[in-house]
Amino acid sequence: MRKALRWLGRAAFGLLVVVITAYTLFPFYWAVVSSLKQGSALFEVEAWPRNPAWQNYALVFTEQPFGRNLFNSVIVASTVVIISLFLAVTAAFALGRIRFFGRTPLMLMILAVSMFPQIAVLSGMFELVRWLGLYNTLPALTLSYLLFTLPFTVWVLTTFMRELPKELEEAAVMDGASPWVICMHVFLPLLKPALVTTGLLAFIAAWNEFLFALTFTLSQEARTVPVAIALMSGASQYELPWGLIMAASVIVTVPLIVLVLIFQRRIVSGLTAGAVKG
Amino acid sequence: MSVPSGMPATTTPTATPAPPPASVSQLSRQRVRSAWLFLLPTLVVLGMVAGWPLLRTFWFAFTNANLSNPEPPQFIGLENFATVWDDPDWWQSVRNTFFFTGISVTLETVLGMMIALTLNTRFRGRGVLRAAVLVPWAIPTVVSARMWGWMFHDVYGVINAMFLHLGFIDAPIAWTADPRLSMAAVIAVDVWKTTPFMTLLLLAALQMLPDELYEAAKLDGAGPIRVFFKVTLPLIRGPMLVAIIFRVLDAMRVFDLFYVLTTNSSESMSMAVYARQQMFEFQELGLGAAAASMLFAVIAMFTVVYLVLGRSAVEEAA
Repeated sequence: MRKALRWLGRAAFGLLVVVITAYTLFPFYWAVVSSLKQGSALFEVEAWPRNPAWQNYALVFTEQPFGRNLFNSVIVASTVVIISLFLAVTAAFALGRIRFFGRTPLMLMILAVSMFPQIAVLSGMFELVRWLGLYNTLPALTLSYLLFTLPFTVWVLTTFMRELPKELEEAAVMDGASPWVICMHVFLPLLKPALVTTGLLAFIAAWNEFLFALTFTLSQEARTVPVAIALMSGASQYELPWGLIMAASVIVTVPLIVLVLIFQRRIVSGLTAGAVKG
Repeated sequence: MSVPSGMPATTTPTATPAPPPASVSQLSRQRVRSAWLFLLPTLVVLGMVAGWPLLRTFWFAFTNANLSNPEPPQFIGLENFATVWDDPDWWQSVRNTFFFTGISVTLETVLGMMIALTLNTRFRGRGVLRAAVLVPWAIPTVVSARMWGWMFHDVYGVINAMFLHLGFIDAPIAWTADPRLSMAAVIAVDVWKTTPFMTLLLLAALQMLPDELYEAAKLDGAGPIRVFFKVTLPLIRGPMLVAIIFRVLDAMRVFDLFYVLTTNSSESMSMAVYARQQMFEFQELGLGAAAASMLFAVIAMFTVVYLVLGRSAVEEAA
């Protein structure tokens, strides 16, 4: 009797695991299946297409400026990450290692900026972008994305900076090292793993951004991937090229999934450092 | 560029022993000065991309700024706020946003807790499950909206096909066209996409709990449900509340899901979609700025709650 109950419990648990896995993976699986279908095959519900059509993957590059969109996204997201990390390292050193008057209000202010609804700065940012002559260019996006990547990188790097051992710093001070030397030559090498995590999370945030990209770009060639996918349309309003859209979706998603799976553990620590240790 | 001026890149190491007290205060003053120099570039950039645009938005909210009008905007007082206040579409967007936030965050918390508890037990394939759970989080919001939009397709969507097959419905449903159903669709996508975030934060909290507590509870003969409500839940309350507020803040400013997934009729808009529509589709920059300022005020309130809760949670943990 007891044995049977235990077996039943295990079976229920196994079922739970299967249900969770199916729930999280099915939409992506379905996107892959749909991306391999063309024409009328799209409108049949089948677990795997009888004749997988790979054309969608080629068509998305020939019928749409999708290669250009991908390139835009890579450029914008990378520059934003590099600038953010560059600025955040010294800021995090100051906030994490030096006690000074006004530190706590500053930290709270930086945290508050990361909670801004982007819509609240949209009109002011639009004016700034036009005034700088950046409308419909990639630097407009790089500039505006700093709004959310910079507070995030500063915040997370500060929590990592705090955890570094005090003794290292004391030894360096004894040797007469300036704060700049301590920050760049003592702490920076130790922060490398944290930089990878923070940079990756900032990259994903910039890669996914939609509102600014939608508002500050106009031409198809200047669009980033999310905007391109959101606005992808067919010959007529009623005929959406679902096969193409799903192919584009899979192309954008696969690299992200690979990155996330490689850096799994680090991402978890970065996310919790960003959210809970507030 | 970010190298603070007046800071020698290298200093000659002098073999001085512990510095005397007088130079300690000098040293700390020098450190405070360098702290501000180190912060300067970040503060300048944040002032440019956050402070200035925010102030300009607040200013536009009190003007007749219009994108099609090249004249400099005129101050018109609270007129824009009054117009937004009297607009039934605005209140519909407010209801939509609050309804969306309430239901989504509740579902995400319950579901996230279930998955976190599952992941917190030892079993074969736990690593695989954790990886699988992370996948929706990695997919860009717009892409998930499009994937689900296709699954919700009224004629060819797999969800209608499944429901028909199982006999839940006897005719296909136009999920994203009907405002009431499109809300369900938007919530479904948001829950799918952001439950992983909740799961990760809750799992991190669960893994900090000491094993002894559970052994003690087991010795007392408490069942798993009792243990959850009497031991686990009270202990992770702090991190859980912080995660919930974090998600609430994120859900309140929702834009892309509504924009991509619904038909954007006035009945199915979020507050952010309403504000952007006023600004750029109707070119009423001032009106949109007023709506955006009101959303900002709501979120600012929640942010204050977050900061207070977050700090007390940290103090509890310390």
